[in-house]
Amino acid sequence: MAEYLVEAKNLCKYFKVDRKRMLKAVDNVSLGIRKGETLGLVGESGCGKTTCGRTLLHLYEATSGEIYFDGKDVSKLSGKDNMDFKHRAQMIFQDPYSSLDPRMTIGEIIAEGMDVHVKLTGQERQQRIVELLAAVGLTEQFAGRFAHELSGGQRQRVGIARALAVDPDFIVCDEPISALDVSIQAQIVNLLIKLQRERGLTYLFISHDLSMVKHISDRVGVMYLGSLVELASSEVIFKNAKHPYTQALMAAIPEVDFDGDGKKKIERLEGEVPSPINPPPGCRFAARCKYATDICRQQQPQLVELEPDHFVACHHCK
Amino acid sequence: MENIAKEKFQIIGTEDDAADLLARPPINFWKDAWRRFKMNKIAVVALILLCVLIVMCVFAPMVSKYDFEVMSDARNADPSAEHWFGTDKLGRDMWTRVWVGGRVSIIIGLTGALISMTLGCIYGGIAAYFGGMVDNIMMRIVEVLISVPYLIVVILMSVIFEEYDIPQLVTLLLAMCITGWCGTARFVRSEMLRIKSEEFTLAAQLLGVSPWKIVIRHFIPNTISIIIVNITFSIPSYIFSEAFLSYLGLGIEPPGTSWGALASAAQSQFTFYPYLLFWPVLMIALTMLCFTLIGEGMRDALDPKARK
Repeated sequence: MAEYLVEAKNLCKYFKVDRKRMLKAVDNVSLGIRKGETLGLVGESGCGKTTCGRTLLHLYEATSGEIYFDGKDVSKLSGKDNMDFKHRAQMIFQDPYSSLDPRMTIGEIIAEGMDVHVKLTGQERQQRIVELLAAVGLTEQFAGRFAHELSGGQRQRVGIARALAVDPDFIVCDEPISALDVSIQAQIVNLLIKLQRERGLTYLFISHDLSMVKHISDRVGVMYLGSLVELASSEVIFKNAKHPYTQALMAAIPEVDFDGDGKKKIERLEGEVPSPINPPPGCRFAARCKYATDICRQQQPQLVELEPDHFVACHHCK
Repeated sequence: MENIAKEKFQIIGTEDDAADLLARPPINFWKDAWRRFKMNKIAVVALILLCVLIVMCVFAPMVSKYDFEVMSDARNADPSAEHWFGTDKLGRDMWTRVWVGGRVSIIIGLTGALISMTLGCIYGGIAAYFGGMVDNIMMRIVEVLISVPYLIVVILMSVIFEEYDIPQLVTLLLAMCITGWCGTARFVRSEMLRIKSEEFTLAAQLLGVSPWKIVIRHFIPNTISIIIVNITFSIPSYIFSEAFLSYLGLGIEPPGTSWGALASAAQSQFTFYPYLLFWPVLMIALTMLCFTLIGEGMRDALDPKARK
């Protein structure tokens, strides 16, 4: 489909552990994100969600595979095109305590990207900072503050303002709410949704909080141990998941038991996530999957479009 | 409890965008650090005392009516109105000698710490910035250098430099700095690695800030205060090393003098004339204490995480 803003094809990112061992953080992931939509990316911690997001933004050099942004191969960008990419694709970070430089005022932090990409006079610059602060629900006063004077939620707003400062089209939200209080999480997610509507942003929303992902995402991708196992629209994933791992994941969402009969069955997964260092061939989930057969242990399943816009990587889902 | 009228409940809504108001006016980082430093009374007293000591070292020998090298007949005189700190066995005025000796000690302390800090910062910074193989090789070199016994290096250095007619002070400094920077290099490297992995560095990369600017705007400001504190803490150790080496006879030689050399000269007769030993040792102790206390005050003042 041509309308993808960001597209990854067979993206791999391996880290060398030592001479023999490879940590396959992202293995053969293909996904596309359409303009203006929110793609949620869920999975257990350590399954490569963050690495995937960072590789998409070319913070990490991909081991193999291609990334296209607006039709251009990201790894081949240079000079002006590269700067253009940098101002169109941004990121909101997980830890609001580490993502703001403790030595810079909030105003300086927000202006950092503007200074690189646009020439502004002192007054215009100041005005723009105030506008951005207002956009994320902070007052002008904050510009002269340091990060340590702010609460977690306020810092995350600053992180959002910094990303917005360069007028991006695409933002990777790398678990932007996992370090925040539950009451603040909703505020930040609602702010993200509001900004998306106002500015037509495209999000890759990385999280392990399934209910938040359900709330914000149009489509959802499920990752397991570096591979994408299922990709479909939000409703389909939450109602009609095909992949055994996704099914187990959805069954684990805590829900209010309105009937009070306690009948909600939770199927527990056996075993633990294997190490991503030199994983065995075949389906990554085979060791824990109750449907696993020989073919699962030998051959890695490819992501196949089973129904329109519903991709599953499983030998047994037909 | 079950029949509470529904009208009593009202949705007041949540204020999504309401930001808290902040009371204190914004303040510059260094001003704030200074404000916090001033709150630490002990550190302020130490700073004042240190300034007095330095002023005395600079000016006292100038205004004194005695020259520190000129001998007189008043040998081993007790402290008196004439000779405030007494005189040594050659009849030289101790008051003048103590302050002249202090010049050497403090100069060695300050420049020694500065030189090894600069070398260590550059070396550690390069190792951390490039990482990988470069880092590996550079750090192994440091480990080799650290494992060489310090005293042997110093003795070898002073023997070698003696032939070349280089001033004693320079020899001493070189000998102390040749291995002194290694500890700093390690420390700066680990600090830089920490900042390199912080998310704000990634954010700056993403925003397209050039590597050079990242170093200037993020790396240096975030390490500078820790480096300053480290310098302050390392000055006493240089002063002490100088005193120790001079005491062993490896440092400043007559007619020049330093606190260590004064103490060394006094040791042969300190049972009879204890004040000869007392003055230089008191000065060494006071200076070291001042620097340590100031260092502690600065560490607390400059740490952004300790700020409230």
